[in-house]
Amino acid sequence: MSTATPTDLTDEFVERRTTLQRIQGVLHKYPYLSPLIVLVVAVVIFYLLNERFLLPQNISFVTQQTVVVGTLAIAQTLIILTAGIDLSIGAATTLAQMAMANLAVYVTASNVLPIAGQNPYLAIFIGILVGVLTGVINGFLIVRLSLPPFIVTLGTLSVFTALTLILFKARTIQKPEMPEVMQWLGNTFQIGEFQLLYGVVLMLILYAIFGYILKNTAWGLHVYAVGDDPNAAELSGISTKRVVFSVYVVAGLIVGIAAWLTIGRVGSASPNPDPLLNLDTITAVVIGGTSLFGGRGTILGTLIGAFIITVVQNGLSLAGLDQAYRVLAIGILVIIAVATDQWIRKVKA
Amino acid sequence: MTATTTVSPIVQGKHLIKTFGRVVALDGADLELYPGEVLAVVGDNGAGKSSLIKCFSGAHIPDSGEMFINGDRVEFKSTSEARRHGVETVFQTLAVAPALDIASNLYLGREERKPGVVGALFRTLDKKRMRADSAQHLKDLGISTLQNITQAVETLSGGQRQAVAVARAAAFGSQVIILDEPTAALGVNESARVLKMIQDLRERGLSVILISHNMPQVFEVADRIHIARLGKRAAVVTPRSASMNDVVAVMTGAMTVPENEQQLTPVN
Repeated sequence: MSTATPTDLTDEFVERRTTLQRIQGVLHKYPYLSPLIVLVVAVVIFYLLNERFLLPQNISFVTQQTVVVGTLAIAQTLIILTAGIDLSIGAATTLAQMAMANLAVYVTASNVLPIAGQNPYLAIFIGILVGVLTGVINGFLIVRLSLPPFIVTLGTLSVFTALTLILFKARTIQKPEMPEVMQWLGNTFQIGEFQLLYGVVLMLILYAIFGYILKNTAWGLHVYAVGDDPNAAELSGISTKRVVFSVYVVAGLIVGIAAWLTIGRVGSASPNPDPLLNLDTITAVVIGGTSLFGGRGTILGTLIGAFIITVVQNGLSLAGLDQAYRVLAIGILVIIAVATDQWIRKVKA
Repeated sequence: MTATTTVSPIVQGKHLIKTFGRVVALDGADLELYPGEVLAVVGDNGAGKSSLIKCFSGAHIPDSGEMFINGDRVEFKSTSEARRHGVETVFQTLAVAPALDIASNLYLGREERKPGVVGALFRTLDKKRMRADSAQHLKDLGISTLQNITQAVETLSGGQRQAVAVARAAAFGSQVIILDEPTAALGVNESARVLKMIQDLRERGLSVILISHNMPQVFEVADRIHIARLGKRAAVVTPRSASMNDVVAVMTGAMTVPENEQQLTPVN
């Protein structure tokens, strides 16, 4: 991804470095390499355990399983890059999703918002706005009140969950009730033998957009700088508060989009969030080589991390192993990823 | 002192007061920096040296008092505002982002953008130009040990990081460069290089404020020495008019200088 050629790594100090130091240097420069290696190794192992693993249907299934976590993990990456964390991301997605579905299905009858009646596009738009709003709330509490992101989002996790149940009465909206456009991202199209979701395409587009933004825009550079050393960023003339706030708002936007995606993927809208969604997004980011201490990591690494989670899950069930092994494997990977990050940041040229 | 020149200060602070809760960091401090000089600011710990210069850097906002740049009254609310007035600072902490590369650090907070709509609307970075210009700036300062401009700053030695911070200030400072303890963490050779850089900056016509604890270094490069004590200016001397012992005596309060002799314009 870097425009620099790998040769400039070894330019000057090559003689003095041991192999281990050279590996450390390469991983420091290309942090998505370690998750990529893990992914490739996992794919090879699962293929050896069961050849069906690499059948087009199964690969298509893996991408479909990755789509929600993968999209939300973009938001989580942005936040973790600023040395923050979002524990409320799953609850916020559920809130936005329920707002979207309820607006599209029930509003006509209840006449609360007459303009929204029978207009699923408006419902989707308002649902995405609800996602943005959750980001505004998190960002406001973190930046204005200077509260730690961990505590704020632990609180809003409960707040958003409760709001969903209070506002939408714990009522699941089933597939037949839902307007077609709400489910559009869950439709598939055929490329050869692969069946891809439109949602997967949307996810990949989002990865491309945010990969570009983080690498090539002033905002992206400032996101890294703020997470790396907030004091240095502030003294360099960056408004750290504005950057952090904007990150939570952008994360909220992604949450809103992910809410739409979830409806398409699941087919229905349930007020009970997937309990693993929060942790899976953080896991994807961490396994993807982004540092929990902020300032380093790549969006590409997160995509790989999200795929590692589903590949391990899918591969283990194809191999006939219990899901407990999936939890075990992911746990070990997280610890290895954090240890690798600690080691990489001690790099010396 | 009889020297009454018509040169007006490029940087001036009048009766600056800055408190942090109950701690009084600046208690009516004054400062004058004249064009093309190196002014050393010395003082004991807690004398208000860093607080004083941070007002001019835009990192602190004084509670009261007035600041002037080229005779114009200024109020800096952020470091960017000070930078816009041509005042650049090398902070004691260096204020560099360790995971970012050298070029990104040089341009941090004032990135060059691509021309046209992409640059204006999406704030797309012109990395090529920033890298080329950064390499040129480092070359101008005679820093040849940094060969790879895309190297992360955390992979550099302490002296090299210092060089990056100084290069950033030198590249953009059009009038004044403030250095807070630039040699405190450096070895002998690296310190010598930074002192050489300070002299080069003066030769390029810039005015420099140097905070230092190191008396021999201060006497080596400074044109005048501003001695801070208890949040005020205790005296201004020149390396020729005073000895190191005198300076230390004023710093610690063993010797006091009458109010009317505290101001000293440059002897040129």
